[in-house]
Amino acid sequence: MTNHWIDIRNADVILIMGSNAAENHPISFKYVLEAQEKGAKLLSVDPRFTRTSSKADLYAPLRSGTDIAFLGGMINYIIENNLYHSEYMQLHTNATFLINPDFKMPGELDGLFSGYDADKRKYDKSTWSFQRDANGIPLTDQSMQDPNCVLQLLKKHFSRYSVEVVSDITGTPQEKLTEVYKIYGSTGVAGRAATIMYAMGWTQHTVGTQNIRTMAIIQLLLGNIGIAGGGVNALRGESNVQGSTDHCLLFHILPGYLPTPKADWDSLAKYIEKSTPKTTDPDSANWWSNRSKYITSLLRAHFDTALTAEDDFGYSLLPKLDTGQNASWLMLFDRMIKGDIKGFFAWGQNPACSGSNANKVRKALTQLDWMVTVNLFDNETASFWKGPDMNPAEIDTEVFFLPVAASFEKEGSITNSGRWAQWRYQAVAPLGNSRHDSVVMNELYYRVAQLYKSEGGAFPEAITKLSWNYGFKGIDGKIDHIDIHAVAKEINGYFLEDKEIKGKLYKKGELVPSFAFLQDDGSTSSGNWLYCNSYNENGNMMARRSQKDPTGVGLYPEWSWCWPVNRRILYNRASVDANGVPWNKERPVIWWAGGSWKGDVPDGGWKPLSQAGTKKSFIMLPDGVAAIFSAGMNEGPFPEHYEPLECPIEKNPMSGTKNNPIIKLFFTDGGLEVDAFYSYDQRYPYVATTYRVTEHWQTGVMTRNTPWLLEMQPSMFVELSPELAKDKGITNGDMCVVSSGRGKVEAVAIVTKRFRPFKVQGTIIHQVGLPWCYGWTTPNVGDSANLLTPTIGDGNTMIPETKAFQVNIEKRG
Amino acid sequence: MKLSRRNFLKFSGSAVGVSVLGIGITPAQADAKPLAIQYAKETTTICPYCAVGCGLIVHTRAGDIINAEGDPDHPINRGTLCSKGNSAYQLRHNEKRVTEPMYRAKGSSEWKKVSWDWSLDQIAKKVKATRDATFMTNNAKGERVNRTDAIASVGSAALDNEECYLFQKLLRSWGLVYIEHQARI
Amino acid sequence: MERKAFMIDTSRCIACRGCQVACKQWNKLSAESAVNSGSYENPPQLTSHLYNKIEFVETDENGEFKWLFLNKRCLHCSEAGCMKVCPSVGALYRTHDGLVGFNKEKCIGCNYCVNGCPFDIPRYDAQNKISKCHGCFDRVENGLQPACVKACPTGTLMFGDRNELITKAKGTGKEIYGETALNGLGVMYLLDNKPQDYNLAVNPTIPTSIFLWKDVIKPLGILGFWGSVGVAMLHYVTVGPKQLEEDVEEKGGNHE
Repeated sequence: MTNHWIDIRNADVILIMGSNAAENHPISFKYVLEAQEKGAKLLSVDPRFTRTSSKADLYAPLRSGTDIAFLGGMINYIIENNLYHSEYMQLHTNATFLINPDFKMPGELDGLFSGYDADKRKYDKSTWSFQRDANGIPLTDQSMQDPNCVLQLLKKHFSRYSVEVVSDITGTPQEKLTEVYKIYGSTGVAGRAATIMYAMGWTQHTVGTQNIRTMAIIQLLLGNIGIAGGGVNALRGESNVQGSTDHCLLFHILPGYLPTPKADWDSLAKYIEKSTPKTTDPDSANWWSNRSKYITSLLRAHFDTALTAEDDFGYSLLPKLDTGQNASWLMLFDRMIKGDIKGFFAWGQNPACSGSNANKVRKALTQLDWMVTVNLFDNETASFWKGPDMNPAEIDTEVFFLPVAASFEKEGSITNSGRWAQWRYQAVAPLGNSRHDSVVMNELYYRVAQLYKSEGGAFPEAITKLSWNYGFKGIDGKIDHIDIHAVAKEINGYFLEDKEIKGKLYKKGELVPSFAFLQDDGSTSSGNWLYCNSYNENGNMMARRSQKDPTGVGLYPEWSWCWPVNRRILYNRASVDANGVPWNKERPVIWWAGGSWKGDVPDGGWKPLSQAGTKKSFIMLPDGVAAIFSAGMNEGPFPEHYEPLECPIEKNPMSGTKNNPIIKLFFTDGGLEVDAFYSYDQRYPYVATTYRVTEHWQTGVMTRNTPWLLEMQPSMFVELSPELAKDKGITNGDMCVVSSGRGKVEAVAIVTKRFRPFKVQGTIIHQVGLPWCYGWTTPNVGDSANLLTPTIGDGNTMIPETKAFQVNIEKRG
Repeated sequence: MKLSRRNFLKFSGSAVGVSVLGIGITPAQADAKPLAIQYAKETTTICPYCAVGCGLIVHTRAGDIINAEGDPDHPINRGTLCSKGNSAYQLRHNEKRVTEPMYRAKGSSEWKKVSWDWSLDQIAKKVKATRDATFMTNNAKGERVNRTDAIASVGSAALDNEECYLFQKLLRSWGLVYIEHQARI
Repeated sequence: MERKAFMIDTSRCIACRGCQVACKQWNKLSAESAVNSGSYENPPQLTSHLYNKIEFVETDENGEFKWLFLNKRCLHCSEAGCMKVCPSVGALYRTHDGLVGFNKEKCIGCNYCVNGCPFDIPRYDAQNKISKCHGCFDRVENGLQPACVKACPTGTLMFGDRNELITKAKGTGKEIYGETALNGLGVMYLLDNKPQDYNLAVNPTIPTSIFLWKDVIKPLGILGFWGSVGVAMLHYVTVGPKQLEEDVEEKGGNHE
């Protein structure tokens, strides 16, 4: 979230689309209802009528996978009706920038942007560029009238998304579209705010990143980024998925979103040179120009501090990806099923149910030599070898199950969706003989390190030079008890030598106050620069519990701690005009008074934009302004509607380019039969989507094993409209079989008017929905909806498309 | 930080004094049932489910949990909780919790209980054996990569920050690049 | 201090069922095995282990589809049929706060309260003892909100001084269900739709035969008329000539 949970109460319009907050983030509705009480309008856009929709002022249905069309229509409506916030756009976005005249758009190129290479399924982005002056500064037209400026190109591109065209794609009645557009578009004035609450309903598509881009563009047009009650708010699903992302348990990034080293970045200097964004604009802060300090401090936290600058502080000890190597989820299991992965850890995760195309995942596990599963409960991954259609005698995988502590049986911090790192205390000892996860990690560290010390082996230095100083070491060098505070302090970072900064001397061993003090000469450490300031000489900031709310907008600045540097609303310098005056004086986030900023921690402390010597407001981007036009996306600088890989219609109504042209196609790239997909195929005529329910969580490993919760949602179901039920001779409560090109599941039919048929391209399209919280290890509950979902990922992130695919449904014989 | 009982009561609800009841309502019996959480230890924690990050108070007595409910001081949830948050107690009082390490051998059709020491030693040996057998010092182009593509890891958004940090540090020291978790799916 | 009550504003309910679980957690009520028979609503009705539950109702009037949620529980009537009919002194009683409490030790398992209740609330547990919402009187007497009310994230469930709740509710302009019915219910609703849409009786009443028992026969019993004649008569006036056990089963009264 750019903003945070309590801030939802500051909105005048709330769009819940691509999420189902009432069911999956129920406490958020405390603030949704508070906003509604003050007159805010709640818009619910969803393929089905949900518990969220039940509280909405307006509900609009849409066919799964057509969000860009829906939102593209909104962009068109906003521009056509002059509802955008010109002053905001001129100050804080690249709407005024002039684009390369050779740049072409899908209206001209049948659904493609200029530069597409059909063989490589990749774009040459050279025309997706700004016109720049001799100094490299982008040329602009402040009036935003130049036909080559971003706003005019945006207008031209989305003029193709008329209400009539959109309705014919999404199946949303035209009057509902207009009503949503009108209400949302009403916030493009100073003093009004609209927020978007989205989740996996947007990310789990082949166009997932562009779904969010479309909304970000809308928020920038309306001036809704940086302000209270605004923002682009991803409602994250797991208690610490924000923290686990920040600490980068992901192939492509190191803690603090630093890129994983590449094979051709053969030295620290090369890493810094290649990965540091550059700008020639003196008005752009380009905060990532500090990357050298963050990577160097990370290396100082990871490795033996006896390593010196001559050793690149241990840079060579980090593993490096080949150029172009994608080691993301779908690729991981693709390699596993082909036998290329021998050993596997599933630590607090259940991919046999959560992975798209779960049958493929389950088969892949049979190819492993060994697997370590770490969990509270047995689950479908740990026990895959005795699952449906498995013959244990033929499966050679050795499996270890390590039982670990529940959340309240250990101490540490977790980061919520609003980026608040909150400290948890241990209430009781781990149950039975289960152990803390950190204890297990410490044991594995020590035992592997001992083997390398005693026996040698491949590149032992990476292991023996790792720093691991989290408590008192016994005579054998082993830490008996991991001090979690020592880990938290290492993440924050220390001064490794006496250092004078801005006239103040910081002593060796002191905790670094915040990331502005980190150095690239090896004198500081910080395991994750983004968390530098979370645990400093003032104490454990994450454990704070003050009720103070000095601004009155609900920032609670001394409750826990928020990254970065306790800034509660990101991009908050866009919440003010050029003079530092808040767009909304009733709900100010920051304001310039008496030569300094008041309110939230400002996004960089520079003066208001009208004053000399300041820096632009979007400090993380090299151009210093928010990107309405972004060459960073793989499939185009503006979003374009493409159909899901599996869809119910023959052609993309927008163009001759049916699917996102740059997605990696597993099946046609010489993939396996298990990856087959079936689009516009009468065997699988119905659109399907997956979701969660309030009463269960993720694959249900914890909640299926919580009797109070299982009682409320006891087994697998499929929801469908009375019309489809009638067509198929299904009555409410019937046991049905839902099948796709990858698998099938049995499910109890819930026949409900909450599902409606869609009229798309003159035909009736039916959609069904299934939860993915069940699995066979729990008796009589059914199995995962991910047995149906396809092997296909988003064009930028490779997040699987589990929210739109094709199925058939029949009553069980 | 622990809450004082006084605060807990103050934020939990309005104080109730001696009742004088309305027409037709006569109390027939004094109901002086002591509060189950009286004198219990209170520990603050954060809900393990979604990322709203609601505060919970866990009441413990004699080393076990007797009650878990919303933290009334928490500015987000103000003592409230959804069905999942309210069920945290059953994550502890739960016969399905696995409390001993288990092992499944090649071709076996059952789990068997094993010791921590044995399990950890076995895993350490397997990590080393697989790593040593598959370690790539250089790639096909001759560039230094120092990695293994034959060990992978998924998880976890259910870990604490400190554990996430430790886990990625450990995995990367072994040379893994196939490191993924819930954020990707 | 005046009578306490619940006010339930259905327009705010998101059916997260925090109330349902908070009750079970505080009162340590075990879960039951349930089956999905085509609905989110589970268990399908109140049981001896389920003191409050959310009912899910779909309505579609004039093309306007609604999904309504109602927290169902003992309504803690002022004119409480269950108390009137209960032959065992102290098994059902009025708490200091004006709620209807129960004492399992004094319950004789006669099941008559099941028939005395116009809302089909009382249930019997495996030991054949009364079970229902008791308003968490243990919490209330110690200055806490009932577990369900404290848990409710949206303010659907409110608990407090009955008159104050009514005054506040009147400010919303909505009709209050239960303000006067049966001399005033201890659980009142602000409804989005008609009571019938929530399966709530429009004019809840206690069967007249209950008054006969309460005002004529029960006093005789206390005077020593306690015997086979009295019990037979009680049975007749409360449940009629039907077999009691069948009747209880029909109402799902005992799910053990």
